[in-house]
Amino acid sequence: MIRTINIIKHQGKQYIKDLQQVNLPEQHAGKPVIESSSCVAGCKSCTELCPTNAITLQPLTIDMGLCLFCNECSKVCPANMIKFSNNYKIASNDIHLLKVNANTEVVDFNPDLVRKEIYRFFGSSLKLRLVSAGSCNGCEMELNAADNVNFDMSRYGIEFVASPRHADGLVVTGALVENSLAALELTYKAIPNPKIIIAVGACAISGGVFNTSPALNRTFFEQYKPDLYIPGCPPHPLTIIDGIMKMTGRI
Amino acid sequence: MNFISIENNNTIPLQQIPLVHYDIFYQEVSKLLENPNCHCVAYYAFPENKEILRFICCIADDVTHKILVTSFAKNLDDKSSLKSLTPAVTSMQIFEREIYEKYGVEFLNHPWLKPLRYPFDRYNKDSQIANYPFFKMNSHELHEVGVGPIHAGIIEPGHFRFICNGEKVLHLEIELGFQHRGIEQMMLQQDKLLQQTMLAESIAGDTVISHSTAFVQLMEALNGVEISENTKLSRTIAAEMERIAIHTSDLSALCTDVAFQLGSAVLQGLRTIIINTFLIWCGNRFGRKLIRCRKEPYPLNQELIAKINNNLDLFEKRYVEVANKMFDMPSVLARFERVGIVTEQQSRMIGVVGMAARSAGINRDIRSSHGYAWYRNIDHLPILLESGDVKARAKLRDLEICQSLNYIRQMLAKYETNASQTTNSFASKSASDSFVISLTEGWRGEICHCAVTNADGSLKNYKVKDASMHNWMALALAVRNNDISDFPVCNKSFNLSYCGNDL
Repeated sequence: MIRTINIIKHQGKQYIKDLQQVNLPEQHAGKPVIESSSCVAGCKSCTELCPTNAITLQPLTIDMGLCLFCNECSKVCPANMIKFSNNYKIASNDIHLLKVNANTEVVDFNPDLVRKEIYRFFGSSLKLRLVSAGSCNGCEMELNAADNVNFDMSRYGIEFVASPRHADGLVVTGALVENSLAALELTYKAIPNPKIIIAVGACAISGGVFNTSPALNRTFFEQYKPDLYIPGCPPHPLTIIDGIMKMTGRI
Repeated sequence: MNFISIENNNTIPLQQIPLVHYDIFYQEVSKLLENPNCHCVAYYAFPENKEILRFICCIADDVTHKILVTSFAKNLDDKSSLKSLTPAVTSMQIFEREIYEKYGVEFLNHPWLKPLRYPFDRYNKDSQIANYPFFKMNSHELHEVGVGPIHAGIIEPGHFRFICNGEKVLHLEIELGFQHRGIEQMMLQQDKLLQQTMLAESIAGDTVISHSTAFVQLMEALNGVEISENTKLSRTIAAEMERIAIHTSDLSALCTDVAFQLGSAVLQGLRTIIINTFLIWCGNRFGRKLIRCRKEPYPLNQELIAKINNNLDLFEKRYVEVANKMFDMPSVLARFERVGIVTEQQSRMIGVVGMAARSAGINRDIRSSHGYAWYRNIDHLPILLESGDVKARAKLRDLEICQSLNYIRQMLAKYETNASQTTNSFASKSASDSFVISLTEGWRGEICHCAVTNADGSLKNYKVKDASMHNWMALALAVRNNDISDFPVCNKSFNLSYCGNDL
C-alpha cells in the first residue's frame, strides 16, 4: 500500500493542463516559417533535396500535406528562408490551407467548409474508429499517445472506440494501399450517418514518402473527402487534439 | 568453397559469391543449419538480368561472428520445382513462401506455400488477400473465431483466425499483408539518398533507429566510408534509447491487459520522458532525422548530455519503483506465468530471433554476435531467461531496460563534445556489381538489410527482413492450448510489427 502511494506521489501530476498553451521545445519541427526575402536566382537546392517534392518556388511554398518535417531544406537554403517553428497548430479542414508561404502567419481553418451537423452532433462528444491502411505505426503510436496520461484527449469527450457501429467518424492513417482498401471501405460504411473522416499524417493526406508507390490505391479519398487534415510524420499528439477541437468548434 | 565468409557491413563483388548447383546448395545449407549457433538471416531471390533468377542465402554464425553467403541461379522461364529445405530445416519455411509468392518458384514437399504478404508484384495475381487459404478443421465440437483485419484498438491491420475447443485455442493462423506499401521496390525507384533514408525510417515506425541504422550502414559499406567515433556513439545511444522507450510502453500495454491500472498509467508517462528526450535531441519523438549517412546531423553538446543524463535518472528512479511493484503483484504474475509458452526447442525450430528468442533461453543477439557501430566496443552480454512464457518476455524487457540505461550512461561519458564535425563525402559512385549485408539488433530483434548494385553503382535489389517475419509464427504457437482470453497478453508480450512483415 505504502509502495503504491509512493509510486503515485513520485509520479506527480502528469497531465498537461492547458493543451492550447504548450510551449514545445524549439527543436520540434512544426509550422514552417518562410522569410519574405527572395530566393537566390536560379537556386533549386530545396526542391531538389525534398524527398516528397513538397516545395514549390515562386513564391516559395511548402505543402504540409506532403512535408515530412525532416528539416533538411532549412539547412541547404543559401538565403536562410526556411525555418521550422515549434508551432504545433497546423491542422486544417481545407487541403489548400496546408500550403504555407511567406504570408502564412497561422494555419487557418475554413469555417465555411465545416458541415453544420458536425458542430451540432459532435460538439461535446466524438467517438472515432481508426483504420490504418498502409502506415508504419508511427501515427498509431501518436494517436495512442493523444489519450495517455500526459495529453488525456478523452477529457474532452474525444475517444477511440472498438466498433465502427459505435463511432461518429473514421480516422485514416497510412498511404491507402490496395491490400487495405476493402477493409477501409467496409469500416466507413459501417459507421452510422452523419459521419466524418480525419486524415492523419503525411501518408494519409498525400501518400507521403510512399506517394509514388505502385502498391497504393487512393480511390477511397476520391470518393469520400476528409473533413480534417492533420499533417506531420507523425503528427504530434497536440497537433491531433488541436485539429479535432477546431473541427468540432470547441476552440 | 561453397560459401564465402564475410562480416557484418562487408561489401563484396557479386561474382565472389559462390554460385553452386541447387543439390549442393541444399546439402550445404541444411548441414550448416544443424549447428545450433547458425541461423539463416536472409534467403531471397532477385532477377539478376532478364533471364536469370539469382538466389542468395546468408547464414550467420554466432560463435565465429561471420556471415556465410552462398547462392544458386535458375532460369526465369525454367518452371521446374526445387526440393524444399523446410522438411529438413523448419525455419526456412517463411523464406520459401516469400520466394514462391513473388516469383512462382515451387518448392517440392513444402508443407504449405501460403501467401506471406500479397505484394503488388506477386507472381500469381489471382491470389487475393480476400481469399486467404485458412486451415480448416471439420468438427462439430470446434468453432472458429475471426478477428480483424481492423482490430478493436489503435493498432495496425491483420487477420487472426482461431480454431477453438470451447475457451481453449487449438490453432491460430495469422494473415498479413494489409500494410504492404512496396518498400523494397520504392528503394530502387527513389534515387535520392534522403528519400531512401526516410523510406528506411518508415519500414516500421516503432523501430526507426534500428532500421535506418541498418540502411545507412549498408550505404556506407557500399561506399567504403568510415564514420567518426562520435557518430557511432550517437547511433548506438539512440538505438538503446529506442529499446528503453518501446520496452516501457510494451510493459505498460501488458499492465493494461491484466488490469493493473497503476502500472499502465505510470509506464506510459515514463515512456514520454524517453521519447521527449529524442524530441530535444533531434526534433522528433521517435528519432526520425537522427540517423543519416556519413554524418551526425544532431551532434550532442554538454548541455544536451546533461539533459539526457538527467532524464535517464528521473526515468530510472520512477521506473524501478513501479517495475518492482509490477513483478511483485500476485494478480499480475498469475496472468503472466506459464501463459503463452514457446519452448526453446520450438523457438529454434521456427527460427525465433531477438528478445523473444532470449526469453526462451536462446543466445541470439546481433549486438554481441555481429557487432556494429559502438557495440563493437561494448562487451555486451545478452540477458537470457529460460521459461519462454509471457512473464519471461515481460521480465526480459525489464532487465534489458536496466542494461540499456547503463550502456547509454557509459556511452555518454565517452562522447567527445569537442571533436570537430566531419562529413566524409561519398565516392562518385557506390561499389558496382556488389553485394552488401547489414545487420542490426532492434528492440524486437534482428534486422537484416541486403542490397545488390548495378554496374553504375545504383541499387539493383534491396531486401529487408524485420524480426517480426519469424516471430509471428512464435505468437501462433504461443497461444496453442491457452485460453482465448489470454490472447491479448500473449500478443502484447511479443508486440510484433505488421508493417515490418508487410513491407
